[in-house]
Formats: sequence, C-alpha cells, structure tokens
Amino acid sequence: MYQIVTREDLTPEIHLFEIMAPDVAKKAQAGQFVVIRADDRGERIPLTIADWNRQKGTVTVVFMEVGKTTRKLATLKAGESIANFAGPLGLPTHIDKYGTVVCVAGGFAIATIVPIARAMKEAGNKVVSIMGFRNKNLMFWEDRLRQFSDELIVTTDDGSYGRKGVVTIPLKELLESGKEKVGLVVAIGPTVMMKFSSLTTQPFGVKTIVSLNPIMVDGTGMCGVCRVSIGGVTKFTCVDGPDFDAHKVDWDELMARQRTYLDEEKRSLELWKQSCSCGGKT
Amino acid sequence: MPEKLNLNRVAMPKQEPKMRAGNFNEVALGYQAEDALAEARRCIQCKKRSCTQGCPVGVDIPEFILALRENKMSEAVKILKGKNALPGICGRVCPQETQCEEVCALGKKGAPIAIGRLERYVADWELAQPASSKPKPEIAPPTGKKVMVVGSGPAGLTAAADMAKRGHKVTIREALHVAGGVLMYGIPEFRMPKRIVQAEVDYVKSLGVEIKLDSVIGKIATVDEILADGYDAVFLGTGAGLPMFLRIPGENYNGIYSANEFLTRVNLMKAYLFPEYDTPLRVGKRVAVIGGGNVAMDAARCSVRLGAQEVYIVYRRSRTEMPARREEVENAEEEGVIFKFLTNPEKFYGDEKGWVKTMECVEMELGEPDASGRRSPVVKKGSEFKMDVDTVVVALGTTPNPLVPTTTKGLDTTKKGTVVADEASGKTTKSGVWAGGDVVTGSATVISAMGAAKRAVASMDAFLKGQ
Ligand SMILES: Cc1cc2nc3c(=O)[nH]c(=O)nc-3n(C[C@H](O)[C@H](O)[C@H](O)COP(=O)(O)OP(=O)(O)OC[C@H]3O[C@@H](n4cnc5c(N)ncnc54)[C@H](O)[C@@H]3O)c2cc1C
Ligand code: FES
Repeated sequence: MYQIVTREDLTPEIHLFEIMAPDVAKKAQAGQFVVIRADDRGERIPLTIADWNRQKGTVTVVFMEVGKTTRKLATLKAGESIANFAGPLGLPTHIDKYGTVVCVAGGFAIATIVPIARAMKEAGNKVVSIMGFRNKNLMFWEDRLRQFSDELIVTTDDGSYGRKGVVTIPLKELLESGKEKVGLVVAIGPTVMMKFSSLTTQPFGVKTIVSLNPIMVDGTGMCGVCRVSIGGVTKFTCVDGPDFDAHKVDWDELMARQRTYLDEEKRSLELWKQSCSCGGKT
Repeated sequence: MPEKLNLNRVAMPKQEPKMRAGNFNEVALGYQAEDALAEARRCIQCKKRSCTQGCPVGVDIPEFILALRENKMSEAVKILKGKNALPGICGRVCPQETQCEEVCALGKKGAPIAIGRLERYVADWELAQPASSKPKPEIAPPTGKKVMVVGSGPAGLTAAADMAKRGHKVTIREALHVAGGVLMYGIPEFRMPKRIVQAEVDYVKSLGVEIKLDSVIGKIATVDEILADGYDAVFLGTGAGLPMFLRIPGENYNGIYSANEFLTRVNLMKAYLFPEYDTPLRVGKRVAVIGGGNVAMDAARCSVRLGAQEVYIVYRRSRTEMPARREEVENAEEEGVIFKFLTNPEKFYGDEKGWVKTMECVEMELGEPDASGRRSPVVKKGSEFKMDVDTVVVALGTTPNPLVPTTTKGLDTTKKGTVVADEASGKTTKSGVWAGGDVVTGSATVISAMGAAKRAVASMDAFLKGQ
C-alpha cells in the first residue's frame, strides 16, 4: 500500500496526490510516469509524474476525474492509501540545450509540462510556455510554470482569462514572427491538442515532441496495448516513449485505439455511481 | 503381477464441455482416491525408470507411485517434493506426453501411466491437510548472505525457496502487482487455479523470503545498484514477457490483441468478472487466435467462455507440429474451438471506426524440416482467402523483456534477446549474477524454468559459501 501524504484539489475535478514511494522518488525524472491501481479490484492506469521529493521520498501525481478509477481515487483523503504504485516508467524526456524551447500544455497536462520546463530551464534553454484551458475555473499552476519560463502565454477557449482561443494560435504566431529561433517544441495535452500542435509546427520544420497517452495495462512492454505507429513503425509507448517525434505519429490510429473501451468505461462508471457510498457525485 | 495389466488409464473426471464453456472453474476435477489407486496400480515398477530420466528435474516417479498405492501419502509427498517444489502446478501444466509419460514402459502396449494426474493428486491431497500436520521445512542457520531474485515466476519462486532453505536472506522483486509470473497472468483459472499458485507463493514467504511487488528492475533500480547495495548474488528469473506480433498490415486495428494483453486482462485483471472488477476486455462474436501453442489454446478457450460464437485457431503448420499440450488441444476441441491448420494471416482490414473486420489468409504446405526439426510451412500460390473476424489474438510467442539486459553492464544477450547463461550453473557473463527460466531459453515450460533455477541455486550457494 502506498500512502497519500497530501491531497490538494487544484480545481473541483483535478486533484493532486503526493504519494509516499521512496524508491520511485529516488529515480523519477521529467517525462516519466507511474502505473497505479486504486484498490484490489482496480484497473492499472498510467499517471504522469508531476513532481518528486527525493529527501521526503514522495512522488506527486495529478489526475482529472474522468472514468471510474479517477473518480474512485478522488474519494480518497490524505492519510489513506492506494493499492499499487509502480514506476518510474517510460523514458525520461530528452533534456538538452536547444536554444529556445517552447513548452505547450493543454489542460491538466500542465502538471506534466512543469518538470520538463524546469529541466529545460536548468539545462540553459530559454523557455517560452503556452498554457491553454477551457476556462478560468479549470486553471492551475500558472505561477509554477511562470517560475521556469522566460515568457508565458495563457489562453482560454472562452476568453475568461488570458487570450481567447486555443494554444495553437499563439504557437503559430510565435513561429511565424521569427523573433525566436525555436530549437524545440514540447506539446503535451489531450490527443487532439497534440495533433493540432504538431500540424502547426510541421510547416516550420521545428522539431516537436509529444507525450502520448494510449491505453496501458502493465506499462513494462509486456502486453502491447500501448502500441503506436511512429513513421510507420510500431512502437510500445510505455517503453519506447512516452515521448515521440510529433511529426511521425499516426494520430488517427492513436485516437481510434484510445476509444476501444468507451462503452465499457461508461457502463463501469454508471454502475459505480449508482452503488458507491458517495451517492453518485458527478 | 496379481492382476491382469490394464492398458487403459483411468479417465480424468472433467466438467462437461457445455457446462465449462460458461464458467472459469477448473476443467479437470482431479482423481478421487479410488481413481488414483487404480491408476497407481497399473505401474509395473520397472527397473528401467525411464520416467525419472524423462523428467527435467528427475522426480523419483516409481517411488512416489509406490508410496501412493501403499497409501503412505505423506511419504509420497516427501518423495515428490524432494525434487519438485511445485507439484500441484506441474501436475497440471507439464507437457507429460513429451516427458515422463512418453518414455513409460507401458506406452509400448497401451496408455502410459498418467503420471501428471497422480502428481496432481498427491499435491492436492497435501494442500488439503491442516497446516499443523505438515512437516516444517528445514531451514539452515543464517549465512549472513543476501540474495536478490528478480521476477516471481516458477524460476524466481524456486530459486528463492531453495536459497532461503540454505540459510540465505532472500528478497524477490516483481514488476507486477502479484507474484507468480505466467502462472498468475497467463495461464487461465480453468487450467491453473490461482489459489494453488497463491498457496505456493505463501509457502515461499513462509521460508522467510520477502516479496516486493510493483518493482520494475531496470527502472526502480538496476542490477548494478542492487549489487552495490549489499546483495551478494542476483538471480534473474524475468521470463520472456515481450509479445511478438505478425508485422503485417492492419495489425493495430482495434480488436487485435497480443495474447499477453488478452490473457493478462482476463487472468491477472479478472476482466471476466467485469464490471465487478474494473478492467474490461472486448471479445466479439468471431474470434481468430493465431498460433498453435498452449498460449493460443488458453486464449481460444477464454474466448469461448467470454461468449464468442465462433472461435478459430489459425495455425500455419499441421496438427502434429502444434506445440500445445495434447490434453488442452482435446479440451479446446470439445469446447467447440475450430482448428484451421496450414493457414497464415497476411493482412487485416478494418471498419470506419478502426475495428478489425476481415482477415486475409493464405494456405500453406509443409516443406523441408527447419532448424527446430519441424517441417516448415510454405505459401500455396493463389490460395488467398478472407475470413470475417471481429477479434484477433496474436499468440506467436514471446521474447525476453530487454529492460534488465539493457540496463546491466556486462550482461551478455543472444541475438534473440535471451540472457547468456551457462546451462549447468546458470552463471551469466556478469560476476555475481545468475539467470534461469524463459529469460535464458525463450518461452519454454514451467518445469524447465524450475530445473534451471535449481541448477543455479547449487552454483550460487557454492559461490556464497566459498566467499
Ligand atoms: C498462456 C501461457 C500458457 C502456458 N502454458 C504452459 C503449460 O501448460 N505448461 C508449461 O509447462 N508451460 C506453459 N507456459 C510456459 C510457462 O508458463 C513458462 O515457461 C514459465 O512460466 C517460465 O517461468 P519463468 O519463471 O522463467 O518466467 P515467468 O513465469 O514469465 O515469470 C517472470 C516474472 O518476472 C517478472 N519480471 C519481468 N521483468 C521484470 C523486471 N524488469 N523487474 C521485475 N520483475 C520482472 C514478470 O512480471 C514475471 O512475473 C505457458 C505460458 C503462457 C504465457
Ligand atoms: S502498456 Fe503493456 S506494453 Fe505498454
């Protein structure tokens, strides 16, 4: 069992757990993930590592309530425990001196981008960050990202904060203006957002990496459910990624594979809402 | 011989095919006492003892059968366990027909002794006895040496148990959230009840072995770090967990699974109990399982139980080349699995939502024997045909996971990705590191993994005592 040391509600539906896992904390690096199980009947799901504290022996993960597992997790309080926590998995983000690095985060993937922005900054890059949310109420960690960014642009779909629109608009402007010589774009968020970020940077020939989030089971290369096509070659996201060259990803295949269990997920969630003691909190 | 020699073996009581196709309970119910006695009486106790030589770990088979028929059950257990720590598992899953039973003297005239069934009977008898009546395992006084076992499949469990009995302090680190390896995540409940595996794991723990789960070695710690951390020896029993795919067009459509994914969802994650358990698995109406080994049979038989209407085994060679245990092939046939021999998939077609819809195949003919001695299949020209399928399980075999080899300095591997280890001692090319089981041989058998672990234990123990 792995204890939740602290819990923070970043928004009503996005939560942070700081989990006691000293061995994982010792090894965690930006871009890696863990596979967790909430309880003994739970499924194995991947969560990206948002932070770690090697002295304290803790690892921080951030999740949004979507399906049954994340809602189940959301019922847990600090001091309670989750059944399993395996990691750090996947390859760390390749940190190097690229000159200017643009970090683009969509929604709660800001939790994934922050350690990458930090590492890029520490490696001596100029970091320009773009973070986008649907609206102001879903925003968090603006201050954290600003801390590691030389420049920060915030967008909201509805214009309730920062610029109105999606992240690809300022991204395109930045590349068009030519005022920065961009060495690398790191785009992380929902698959559609990563796909469109990739399409945005492609004409400019700027190297772009994305962190893919297919369905996973083991997270160790054992099952192949996380396979993705990269430049026509099948790769396992959990061991060959999760970071890949955005311009080589078969996005449509990835999105189709992510939809495999939509019906089952819905059914599972409905049944859980009916039966759980929280009275179907939605 | 007082009685006339019976050339037929006592039949194994089984769940009826119709009934078992609807549940995940064990198919073979096990001999009753009278069945076991009758079968044991068929043994002629020949002097040749070919059966013992046919057993990869050299179980004293005539002796345990004699004890059984003289009703000295504890004695039978002792003889059996003297060579094989996991008889309840081996009795169920060993390919006896190519090992001990193949060379049984009775086989010349009739059916060989059902050694596997008797082994299982003795093991199940022991499991049913109250804990207090079981002899305490003898554990040597502490040697002060620390051993790390990586992986908790049959190889890892055997190595851990035997090293602990020799007085070493043993820790197992396992990547998954339960111990047992393939016995837990691969082989289905209806063939290998999980309570039996759990009992073996508990026994290993009772010897003082500590099992740390959720530990992917190569990630959470490397072998070099483990050695630097004060461990005197490391045993790698990480198995062959990496699935092979067909590498043909359309293989990433939804509904196409590796056997590992399919079986892990069913067995480890209990998808057959969804939504009571959280992990789903979608099995359609027409399932094609590609391959002819135990893994393929298991996937096909799970599909039957998960409600598929037509389940095909698609295998590129013929029936005689199938590596699966004969009993499981028979069970699969009884359960309605349809075998398509000399057939090989070439391409998959999907629907507009990305789900597999059609599988294009070719027919094969058997040519000359290949390196493995089996006649190798060649494509029959112009034989392309299509099969409508909505689920495909690819069971072509597995290779070792490279996570440990690629993160361990000085650990040599072969072209196939298996770890190089001396067959007699399990010694790898890295000092202080031994390996055994599927990680060395590629996918093989439970008993060969155990045998390799035992040989490695002898070598590790000598090394630690000589230190
Ligand atoms: C579906 C199926 C059916 C089978 N049926 C039969 C049968 O009927 N009869 C038979 O004799 N054999 C059968 N086999 C083969 C048999 O199960 C294997 O040969 C045997 O389990 C090998 O044992 P092992 O200990 O070497 O490896 P495994 O059982 O594979 O165990 C390896 C363990 O190591 C763990 N591991 C891997 N990498 C790491 C890491 N980096 N860090 C920590 N832990 C790690 C794995 O999670 C796993 O638990 C079957 C196999 C399958 C898949
Ligand atoms: S999640 Fe199973 S191989 Fe990647």
